[in-house]
Amino acid sequence: MLKYAAKRIVLGLITVWFIASATFFGMHAVPGDPLTGDKALTPQIRANLEAKYGLDKPLATQYWIYLGNIAQGDFGISYTQENRRVNDIIREHFPVSATLGILAIVFAGVGGVLWGALTALYRNRWPDVAIMFLVILGISVPSFVMAAISQWSLVNLNQTAGGTVLPIGGWGSVWHMVTPALVLGLSTMAYLTRLMRSSMLEVVNTDYVRTARAKGVPATQIFSRHQLRNAILPVITVLGPAIAGITTGGFVVEIVFAIPGLGRYFVQAIQQLDYTVIMGTTVFYGAFLVFMVILVDLIYGLIDPRVRVDQ
Amino acid sequence: MSATDLTQADFAALPRQHSADQLSRPSLSYWADAWRRLRANPRAMSSLGLILALLAFVTVGPMVWTVDPSVQDVDHIGISPGADRQVTLTTPFIPWEPEALTPPTPSTGNPLGFTLAQSATTQSVRLTWADQDSPRRLYRNLFAPEDTGSFGLPLADLDTPYFEDRLDLQPETYYYTLVALDAAGEESETTATLTIDVTRVISIAQAQERGLIQPDESAEIGQTLKLAWHPLGTDYLGRDMLARLMYGGQVSLFIGLLAPLAFVFLGVIYGSVAGFLGGPVDQAMMRFADFVVALPFLLFMILFKVVFGIGPGESGILPMLAAMIILLWPAPARLVRGQILQIREEAYVSASKLLGATTPYVVGRHMLPNTLGVILVTITFQVPSAIFTEAFLSFIGMGVAPPTPSWGAMCNEGIKSMLTRPHELLFPAMMISATVLAFNLLGDGLRDALDARMRGAE
Repeated sequence: MLKYAAKRIVLGLITVWFIASATFFGMHAVPGDPLTGDKALTPQIRANLEAKYGLDKPLATQYWIYLGNIAQGDFGISYTQENRRVNDIIREHFPVSATLGILAIVFAGVGGVLWGALTALYRNRWPDVAIMFLVILGISVPSFVMAAISQWSLVNLNQTAGGTVLPIGGWGSVWHMVTPALVLGLSTMAYLTRLMRSSMLEVVNTDYVRTARAKGVPATQIFSRHQLRNAILPVITVLGPAIAGITTGGFVVEIVFAIPGLGRYFVQAIQQLDYTVIMGTTVFYGAFLVFMVILVDLIYGLIDPRVRVDQ
Repeated sequence: MSATDLTQADFAALPRQHSADQLSRPSLSYWADAWRRLRANPRAMSSLGLILALLAFVTVGPMVWTVDPSVQDVDHIGISPGADRQVTLTTPFIPWEPEALTPPTPSTGNPLGFTLAQSATTQSVRLTWADQDSPRRLYRNLFAPEDTGSFGLPLADLDTPYFEDRLDLQPETYYYTLVALDAAGEESETTATLTIDVTRVISIAQAQERGLIQPDESAEIGQTLKLAWHPLGTDYLGRDMLARLMYGGQVSLFIGLLAPLAFVFLGVIYGSVAGFLGGPVDQAMMRFADFVVALPFLLFMILFKVVFGIGPGESGILPMLAAMIILLWPAPARLVRGQILQIREEAYVSASKLLGATTPYVVGRHMLPNTLGVILVTITFQVPSAIFTEAFLSFIGMGVAPPTPSWGAMCNEGIKSMLTRPHELLFPAMMISATVLAFNLLGDGLRDALDARMRGAE
């Protein structure tokens, strides 16, 4: 297990290094440089600024400085907002995104497992048909449309109620988190429900379930001990990709609901071509996603011994 | 036990009645069998029908509905589907001389004396009120004001007892609110609201310019004409929604269909080469595939777009397509490799080799046809995710460049005016959802029909 973990972590570090390098050389391949702006610079000012930002050094040297800084966790300063370090931006905005993401994951995971188990137990009866219809809807409607529709419904709800039942946007109290987290987790929940349903159908009528039933084990105990615990394994394997989906899905949900998270900031930085912020957040997000997937795989290895044997 | 009398005839062979070698029904090939199963699945067949209808909508549609998607209809900006398209001919705009007007006198029901001076048209809305010492503030809203603070757009603070509104008037109902200001310039409690229906008018010269009446045709003031027809309304720039949905669908479906075809094809070649060669080559190739899989897909799509950018006059479709192909091939490659490794060990492959089949023959005759079902199902399931990716990127402004319509880009534009003109968001969103739904259901049906192991597992 330790050897497997070490191998995965080394591969993960190589991936992050590649992401950092691709970001660095990609950004340097963009025509012009961050100093090419609206303001005309005299050669002297330009040279001074280049010296200040280290842009006068050869590319290889810049690359080494950049890698060294990243290894120390320093992502540099924003070009469009002077005096703001990328680290500060991440420190300030990432907790918001993370809170939203964790809520969405919890909602998607719990919802997906329960709905999926329920549909399998009521196979081809009305709860199954109704839930699967909603699931297909959740898979087919893009998250930004869901976000817009839910916001529109909230506006109407608040209007008919004559007050604020739930806020339509912004960030602050727990109530601000409810709708965005539901919207963000919805497509993942739909996906997990489908997965859980098919994996539950495989264990619903296995021999050990039949034996337990013959021994007179109560139905609730069969469900929680024998069926759910075995069926839940495949759901855990896709949690890694699900976290990635929710993280990137957060970009649009944060924009629509005006949530001051890192995702919205990242999209803004892209639209303003704020190079250091794009580089910093890309590397940060990349490392986050890569290690999340590894973490999920390692947890899965702890739960299911067969994975360890395979490796 | 009683003995039975047996004669010699009892041991004679019976005449042959029918040949046991002959099959009673024609043998079905794998594909004919799969097609039979797919046809028996109403959900899959209706989604296949929906896909064909969508394809017809974007390919045949523009030939039937020949409206240019980039032409702006300035008389019809952001109108809803089936909106009124009546227009009344009027005289060219004549400047107002409100100084000659006698201001209305306030009454008990209307302490400010707020009234409409002339009939309200899209040319101008002319308002007047009682002359008083303190200034007035005028607001305009599209919704009925409920309490103070929801009067809408402040138009002006006025000392004169009249105002002419010519600001972007649409043939809608406007709520004008006049608020009396106190000596300190603060809003007082005295307000008056007018509900005004604005009629759409056009001057003869404008009507001729837009081809509504011929230059030699006689036209009278007050005559009603009909403006161009927009069955699904127009967007915020007055472009026809139906035409834009068709052209936008071409972009979305082009990316949605071509990208999966291309990267699955690449993945099939890569995976079958790796699976067939095996050994260290296979190991190295698969480590590389693992590495590409580990890259965060959407981040790299965004990075790719930032780095390669979109030059002037480019639509940005090809860079997106290229990025998808470069990043997404490993998943089908892994799948096909697994299949090839499995099939390589099958008895029929050994038998074929024993009979002297060459490697290309084994691959072409046994291996690829046996993986084709899995490949087809993969492509079908990749189409919705490719369409989603395009929509996502266009939505955050990293997709196709603005003049080119795509369903995702149209949603991005529509979401800004969602409350007043929901159709601008709903139509492209419905097209995306319908396409994704149809391909998901078809994929389910194909998987059931083509993959014997998955059958009944749904």
